Amino acid sequence: MNMIQALNSAIDVKMSEDPNVLSFGEDAGYFGGVFRVTDHLQKKHGLTRSFDAPISECGIVAAAIGMGAYGLRPVVEIQFADYIYPAYDQIVSEAAKLRYRSGGQFTSPITVRSPYGGGIFGGQTHSQSPESLFTHIAGLKVVIPSNPYDAKGLLTAAIEDDDPVIFFEPKRLYNGPFDGWHEKPVSPWKAQELAQVPTGKYALPIGKARIMKEGADVTILAWGTMVWVSLAGAEHAGVDAEVIDLRTLVPLDIEAIEASVKKTGRCVIVHEAPKTSGYGAELSALVQERCFYHLEAPIARVTGWDTPYPHAFEWEYFPGPERVATALKAVMSGGR
Amino acid sequence: MKKPNTQPLSLRVPEPSGRPGDAPDFSHLQFDPAGSVDRPAVSTTPFEMRDHAFKLVRVLDDDGKAVGPWNPMLDAETLRRGLKAMILTRAFDDRMHRAHRQGKTSFYMKCTGEEAIAVAQGMILNREDMGFPTYRQQGLLIARGYPLVEMMNQIYSNASDPIKGRQLPIMYSSKEYGFFTISGNLGTQVPQAVGWAMASAYKGDDKIAISWIGDGATAEGDFHNALTFAAVYRAPVILNVVNNQWAISSFMGIAGGLETTFASKAIGYGLPALRVDGNDFLAVWAATQWAEERARTNQGATVIELFTYRGAPHSTSDDPSRYRPGDEHEKWPLGDPIARLKQHLIALGEWSDEQQTAAEAEAVEQVRAAGKESEAIGTLGQSRPSVKTMFEEVFATEDWRLVEQRREVGV
Repeated sequence: MNMIQALNSAIDVKMSEDPNVLSFGEDAGYFGGVFRVTDHLQKKHGLTRSFDAPISECGIVAAAIGMGAYGLRPVVEIQFADYIYPAYDQIVSEAAKLRYRSGGQFTSPITVRSPYGGGIFGGQTHSQSPESLFTHIAGLKVVIPSNPYDAKGLLTAAIEDDDPVIFFEPKRLYNGPFDGWHEKPVSPWKAQELAQVPTGKYALPIGKARIMKEGADVTILAWGTMVWVSLAGAEHAGVDAEVIDLRTLVPLDIEAIEASVKKTGRCVIVHEAPKTSGYGAELSALVQERCFYHLEAPIARVTGWDTPYPHAFEWEYFPGPERVATALKAVMSGGR
Repeated sequence: MKKPNTQPLSLRVPEPSGRPGDAPDFSHLQFDPAGSVDRPAVSTTPFEMRDHAFKLVRVLDDDGKAVGPWNPMLDAETLRRGLKAMILTRAFDDRMHRAHRQGKTSFYMKCTGEEAIAVAQGMILNREDMGFPTYRQQGLLIARGYPLVEMMNQIYSNASDPIKGRQLPIMYSSKEYGFFTISGNLGTQVPQAVGWAMASAYKGDDKIAISWIGDGATAEGDFHNALTFAAVYRAPVILNVVNNQWAISSFMGIAGGLETTFASKAIGYGLPALRVDGNDFLAVWAATQWAEERARTNQGATVIELFTYRGAPHSTSDDPSRYRPGDEHEKWPLGDPIARLKQHLIALGEWSDEQQTAAEAEAVEQVRAAGKESEAIGTLGQSRPSVKTMFEEVFATEDWRLVEQRREVGV
């Protein structure tokens, strides 16, 4: 399966199993979503279980919160992460705080899915990576898969989770892995081991990282598309890097991070989002706090620039394997 | 060619009819006489009943008689229960307002003049229906017999606070009493109510939702989203707009209510609207029953504008004498909801001044007894839940960060 099919399968399996699961969003019903993630669900499960929503992100999330409070497990789609902001108040002030502020009387077991990330000439409003706006909010879980197998297992877990989950889907990875070498032809998922997706139900634990490649020299922390870019960057630099796909930013697998950095003594963090106050800053602080006496070089961050996401300068903005390689070499020589 | 103006453009900023020092002026308000507005069949299409968004449903006339097609024909016992719940709500407000002045809590908000709304609606709907209130529907809990002590414990954030000291006073939450957790963020609960109602419809259930929003907060985008979703999915929900004329210091004209009514906003969404005298217990009752029947029979949502006046300061942090005439509430042409229902019951021969005095004394005593019980547990700062609970229920289970941070605090 590609990532789209894997995500579709996760929702399909959960809808088949649990009548409280339903799916809606803009164009997510009859048409099956602009990226086809909800394709065929309406035909299979009916009009009231997979339906189209008005163009109102705030309304979509608010309705989901109300449904969640009633006892359903809605899975809603925000067409692009760039358009999640109208729902920000509902997510931050309501979904995230419902359990806490009601003393556990009301909960918000909702999943907000949204295509995310750049590398597709999406310009300002089809490329953003707003994860750090959500990791900062107490009460939200933030999940970002990098491959079809994880995508299905994590989305299944998100739907089953009793807390609100922001589930960002790197749209650059929907049809195949992308390592940032944009001039090379992209290969489809089917050649990859992680595209072997069981058709039945399985869930992956939220809060567990995946070591994509073991290594001895430096730890790379990445998620989404940057996992593949990091692998390519390490290869390009000729550095024996340990590449960790965090998979979930909140809750974070701090044990995996600590164990790896204490082993390698070096750490490079790679994300697409702008640098300032990006989740990389949090990771860097955590590594510094917990692995200080094991560090042999300053922690490096390879990120998007502190600009809006540009159109014409896609590949100057997008943190590609060459920038990762440069950072790896600098960290290996102990400097910046 | 550039088109010249006949005169320079000018910006209009709406102003209320009276400011401090002015005599209250409600001459711009025109009310339909009690009994004059027709009662359409519940199945009437929104298109056919558009005029109702500009009328005012009233049942009690100036003599306290129930007249016209909206008379809900309530028995005396129900009327007395309603009156007593309103009296109790006012007594509760008075005591808690004083408790704030005495430094026993940090904050309070009264609903003086608006008691009929939450009390009547709380009595009509089932507890299994979900109410999505604002911070001014305390009458809903009181009418349903929620323990006053629990409300006070929440206000004092003491060791028995049902929401564990986490929320600002008056932000109650009770699933059992059909009272959704109150949020400080205005308007958010209205589209949530629609979603809750959609869920009930999706499951083929028989429960409906009811939400409240003030006139000021209708300007929030959530109000628009709620009406759109309610109409599109024909959600079984009652969408109340409590127009008490004031949003803190802004009069309702600043919210867009000067040239139109808040009920009329429903028309553009294809929803039926009723505009109701919010100080008339019987009119509130009848309109809510109408909307309830519509929702329960799968005919969708109704918008109800409840026309009333915010008698008290916005909150204990507010001083209305800075922005409105001091005696405006006393001159409010629709009177006081408690006085009007009392007059009605007396006119029916089912109540007396003596009974009123006794009921008021009994309410004060009931509140006093609850106050003693709650204050024995503790007022703000004297008693509170375990600090450990500060870290609980952020998630269903604590993650490592919360465990570490809790230990850092030493609990």
